Amino acid sequence: MNISSTTEKPGLKQWLTSDTPQSRWQAKCGRAWLGWLKFTENRLAMIGLSIVLALILVTIFAPLLAPYDPLAADLTNRIQSPSAEHWFGTDQLGRDILSRLIYGAQYTLMIVALVVITAAPVGLLVGTAAGFFGGWIDATLMRITDIFLAFPKLILALAFVSALGPGIENAVLAIALTAWPPYARIARAETITVRRSDYIEAARLQGVSNMGLILGHITPMCISSLVVRVTLDMAGMILIAAGLGFLGLGAQPPMPEWGAMVSEGRQFLLEQWWVSTVPGLAIFIVSLGFNLLGDGLRDVLDPRGGD
Amino acid sequence: MTAMIEITKLNAWFDDNHVLKDIDISIPSNGSFGLVGESGSGKSTVLRTITGLVDDWEGNILVNNKELTKKRDKTFYRLAQMVFQDPFGSLHPRHTIDRILTEPVNIHKLGNSDARVVEALKQVGLDNSFRFRYPHQLSGGQRQRVAIARALILEPKILLLDEPTSALDVSIQAEVLNLLTRLRNDLGLTYIMVSHDLAVVAHMCDDIAIMNHGRIVERATAGQLADGKLENPYSQQLFKAAGGYDRAVIDSFVDWD
Repeated sequence: MNISSTTEKPGLKQWLTSDTPQSRWQAKCGRAWLGWLKFTENRLAMIGLSIVLALILVTIFAPLLAPYDPLAADLTNRIQSPSAEHWFGTDQLGRDILSRLIYGAQYTLMIVALVVITAAPVGLLVGTAAGFFGGWIDATLMRITDIFLAFPKLILALAFVSALGPGIENAVLAIALTAWPPYARIARAETITVRRSDYIEAARLQGVSNMGLILGHITPMCISSLVVRVTLDMAGMILIAAGLGFLGLGAQPPMPEWGAMVSEGRQFLLEQWWVSTVPGLAIFIVSLGFNLLGDGLRDVLDPRGGD
Repeated sequence: MTAMIEITKLNAWFDDNHVLKDIDISIPSNGSFGLVGESGSGKSTVLRTITGLVDDWEGNILVNNKELTKKRDKTFYRLAQMVFQDPFGSLHPRHTIDRILTEPVNIHKLGNSDARVVEALKQVGLDNSFRFRYPHQLSGGQRQRVAIARALILEPKILLLDEPTSALDVSIQAEVLNLLTRLRNDLGLTYIMVSHDLAVVAHMCDDIAIMNHGRIVERATAGQLADGKLENPYSQQLFKAAGGYDRAVIDSFVDWD
């Protein structure tokens, strides 16, 4: 306690950039700080980050931000064009599109978060195990991965959802089932480049078990390229979820999911363009945000970038 | 004195390549044995076979009067540790020095990891400020000291040194060699040192074997090696090569097998 208070006195910045950290915590913070500095230099990445942060904030404060009830139909106000009362107009049931957009943010975020939580660890584990053990384990795991990779993502997701029944949970599950194979591939490739390196063999000679090697020594080397790939894929996941919604296999009405909203508006696309276009733009902007964020993270995290 | 390491008729293969041919080595406790030879002569493979990093081998390896089987267990790793050639490759780039040193202590359940890490760093002449740094924040010599500290933290009796100084510049080499000499005296360690640097081996080791194409072609003492009193033609060629570049000498070289 005493030490930390005296070292912190010269200022937080000095504490962060010290080349002789006094604790594990300080070393970690220092590394994170340097990464953050590098990240902020990239303006496009900062734009991506602010879009993603905005999406998160909108999700949290949806009830405060939305001017109307997203589900309340008002048939006297059908398909109104954008105006001061309804900034983005109303849809075919007279629901305020802005409010539906704001409430819809949570579904987009939920889909992305659930898919990442399930698909990324599965891919990482399959890939590192395959690369690390090699031999028949590698062959078996990678052939399974190849089978999944051979299908177009959307078609496979469609098949899963049709089998499981329409609904947003099943859509998430279907996307997760189709999302993990590329991660397994990346993790395997990274694992193969490091598994024969001296530091892995040195750890083996310390008595580290195979499980310990994979989780403690190999995974940290794969995680940065994986994080980048996942953020780049998030845009694709949103689009697949929107696609499933558009085909009526994802979110079910009256849920204000963006893909479903695009789908509902397509019959008025020529005369009342805003009904489909506004949620379409939202999908576009959020996808772009995740893409830019992924690009920026690659510059910071890619191990080949420096150190 | 009984032998700490006794190797008889050791043969090893990489796929179809016969890389070690009938190696016999005996090293007394607290002894220091040097293996010299050119690149690819199989000297590092001897160490890697002892530590279990080579799968395909035959022969007898007795360590501390215990016959080694195909699989090494934890007690073996507490007995024998290895220092790798390249300190830039042998430390995990994303682990702090603290984590690198703490992990073996936890795996072998030695306890008191905090004090052990500080002690291990002190043993190799590094102060506590290095503890939470990452390997990329250290110089080559400091990294090799960390690698030695990692090998010593399990309190082994045997240290296998795979060209521990060849990746370091000359002034740092001397530092690390002196450190290794001191540690052997203080802790009563047994060394097998692999090197292509005859001067280093002559300085560090009592007995020396010269290897070529996977075979021991000659055995010598440190004194004989230093004076160049070697009989085998390959050994003489190696000794001449170590003397520095000389066109006439290089032209006279032949591939001995």
